[in-house]
Amino acid sequence: MKQFLFSLRRVTLLPALSFIFAFFIGGIIIVISDPIIMAQLNSPGKFLTSAGARIGNSYLAIFQGSIYDVNLARESGVIRGFYPLSETIVTSIPLIFAGLAVALAFRAGLFNIGAQGQFIFGAIGASYVGFNFEMSPLIHVPLVLLAGIICGGIFGGIVGLLKAKTGAHEVIVTIMLNYVAALFILWLLKTSVFLRPERFDPIAPDVNPSARLPKLLGADLRLHLGIFIALVVTYFVWWLLNRSTLGFKFRAVGANASAAKTAGISVPLVTTISMFICGGLAGLGGAVHLIGTEYALTAGVAGSIGFDAITVALLGQAAPIGTLFGALLFGALQTGGRTLLSNTGTPSEIIQVIQALIVLFIAAPALLKMVFRLKKSVESKSMAAKGWNG
Amino acid sequence: MSIELKGITKKFGALVANDSIDLKVARGEIHAILGENGAGKSTLMNIVYGLVNADSGKVLVEDKEVIINEPADALKYGIGMVHQHFMLIPVFTVAENIALGREQSKGGFLSLDEIKKKIKLLAEEFKFDIDPDSLIENLPVGVQQRVEIIKALIYDAKVLILDEPTAVLTPQETDELLSIMRTLKSKGTSIIFITHKLREVQDVADKITIIRLGKVVNTVASNTSQEELASMMVGRQVDLAPNKTEVKPGKIILDINNLSVSNSLGRKIIDSLSLQVRAGEILAIAGVQGNGQSELARAIVNLEDHVSGSIKLDQKEILGITVQDSLRAGIAYIPESRELDGLISSFSIVENLILDVHDISPAAKKGRLNPDYINDNSAKLVNEFDIRAQSIFDPASSLSGGNKQKVVLARELSREVKLVVASQPTRGLDVGSIEFVYEKLLAERSANRAILLLSSELDEVLELADRIAVIYKGEIVGEVGSDVSREKLGLMMAGIK
Repeated sequence: MKQFLFSLRRVTLLPALSFIFAFFIGGIIIVISDPIIMAQLNSPGKFLTSAGARIGNSYLAIFQGSIYDVNLARESGVIRGFYPLSETIVTSIPLIFAGLAVALAFRAGLFNIGAQGQFIFGAIGASYVGFNFEMSPLIHVPLVLLAGIICGGIFGGIVGLLKAKTGAHEVIVTIMLNYVAALFILWLLKTSVFLRPERFDPIAPDVNPSARLPKLLGADLRLHLGIFIALVVTYFVWWLLNRSTLGFKFRAVGANASAAKTAGISVPLVTTISMFICGGLAGLGGAVHLIGTEYALTAGVAGSIGFDAITVALLGQAAPIGTLFGALLFGALQTGGRTLLSNTGTPSEIIQVIQALIVLFIAAPALLKMVFRLKKSVESKSMAAKGWNG
Repeated sequence: MSIELKGITKKFGALVANDSIDLKVARGEIHAILGENGAGKSTLMNIVYGLVNADSGKVLVEDKEVIINEPADALKYGIGMVHQHFMLIPVFTVAENIALGREQSKGGFLSLDEIKKKIKLLAEEFKFDIDPDSLIENLPVGVQQRVEIIKALIYDAKVLILDEPTAVLTPQETDELLSIMRTLKSKGTSIIFITHKLREVQDVADKITIIRLGKVVNTVASNTSQEELASMMVGRQVDLAPNKTEVKPGKIILDINNLSVSNSLGRKIIDSLSLQVRAGEILAIAGVQGNGQSELARAIVNLEDHVSGSIKLDQKEILGITVQDSLRAGIAYIPESRELDGLISSFSIVENLILDVHDISPAAKKGRLNPDYINDNSAKLVNEFDIRAQSIFDPASSLSGGNKQKVVLARELSREVKLVVASQPTRGLDVGSIEFVYEKLLAERSANRAILLLSSELDEVLELADRIAVIYKGEIVGEVGSDVSREKLGLMMAGIK
């Protein structure tokens, strides 16, 4: 456990600097995108005051919208004040699972673009088991989660198997399978098995109450047990990579497949197993998301979670604990962005700009090194550049 | 042209790479600089060539002090350098590569006529066989090196620095290079020749300067004995002719019959090859690089895909089983490229030491790694194999070539094995490490293991082998004892029986 936490320090410097610098640039963009403030440019004092106030208010609004809202707390109690934090965590939970699915693949030398499809299949499996059966929650919930793991795992495992048997590149295959998943769920929701009675739009029945994850802070806040599952799974992935023989094989193949093969490790087998596990992680994310927040399967159940997951894994430098924090950060930014426009007039698209900047700085560490005059202390694993060739 | 270095000092942090080095090279002199990896040879030459700037010290050309801040300055004073790793663009022709950076144009179009004329003149003068229009990627390594030399000469280099020029060459190519060096010398070019190969130094150099740990140990004449040179280089007595104890060969351990290996395009790399290795003997497969020896070694551990015939290890057929099963059947495999196949550079020494046994007891139990055992065992192996590292948790990439090879040896030889397959085990290593590898291989021989040594180094083959089989174009062209003459062996390696 100590080493698990210790690994955090190793992977945080570059993301932290990227984060700070992205917010700095974001501030500048907030100002220059506002014609009213820019009109004051001829009186520098006034300009600086209003620019500073705008930036400060915007970032305060992001904080209030994602962590703790003083006004809400004053009106309806301290717990209610944490409503934004609850929303942040709820948004982060599926990102953690999907992010781990991408990060683990990275470590095994695979670029898993397919977390989206694997997530969708996990949600499908969970939904079916969730609304079709009724039993004790102690059995039902684990069963639903298992269905998610298996469905996502198979969908990911296909990719690994194809790569191992035919050499098909996982990037191409996962991109294509994402389309397959998106269209498959649309069709599935119109079949009699999944279509909710007396509805004509594509939506499945709610999962039975016995299949739902319990809420942690009362009915008002959406925070659910899924966060603990996410924490346990993050630790499991770290353990798998660093303490198990299977994870050793993953890392060996990821770092130098030729040497791994020479030492007797079967590269095709590792590729297949790792993609199965990655698919299982994303599928578990889909299941948790469905029985924690969504309850009903819709075509848009995955949103853009599977794609944001790539960014999250990148932000976490493909380390499990880094991915966890990357997902929380992304959750906070997305949640905080919702209230930005209404509270300050700053367009909420600025959130996407900041997210993009963070990714840019992490993917191009030379930029940051130039700015902060760092020498060798910041080392990127340059996984984005590596992904294509394995 | 003469060149002189006075008190050159260069520090990298706490490491003193060059400690007030003095060196004097006369006109038309071949001056060898001898030293182990990391002794500071390359740093010194990079200073002369302007790639690295010295902290203090002077460079004198024709007794006049010159300031060299970048390679352009060096070229201006007539100093040229041929790097160990060639600076050539593979998809360009010889002429295009030589013209690179100083292209001439006619009406906006590239004109290579003049450069081609110059190349032909130089090629005639120095008896190079070179076509200015051939693509670099189609040329053998030895010829590519000549292109580099011409690149330096064409811009009037009077002092030529050759950085480990023979490391990549076959024995024949090496001989050709040495004769080119003599021709250059006779035309008045001074040559600084960086190497750690003693025989070449004695062959061609007029003077030898030995550098150890950044300091000049001595400058001696070329009639100094190899043992003396090696001792000065390493700083202790070196035994270049390792003691081979009398071992009576036992039963046949490796029995290869009619082995054929094809590449993925279906071309036969090895054709119906048969050989036997007995317990307690070293069979050396001598041959110029690229005649099928890499594939032979890989086929024995089942790393090759298109193989037919039979490979028996201790009377059991192993052809077609997995790599893992081959290794665990009792084969130690020392791959040709330790960087690519032998090690995972980003993994720690500890992790590299368990690459092949990470999932069996005692390194692992029920799918879990056993860090206590793994770390203790690594510490033991690091000690036993004298692997010099700050910590066993350092990445393999931080080790020197010799220490990397020791990691591979430690891993492969710490298993219970019957057969050792060593593919070019001393390539690119310094004298001290070579000595160590020899010792370990001979110790395996004394312990009654069968050893298959694949090597393109004549000295190594002659020194270690009990029997020598020569491979040429995928076939064994003949087998001789270790008392064969160098000349005969050289001819056999060239395919002449």
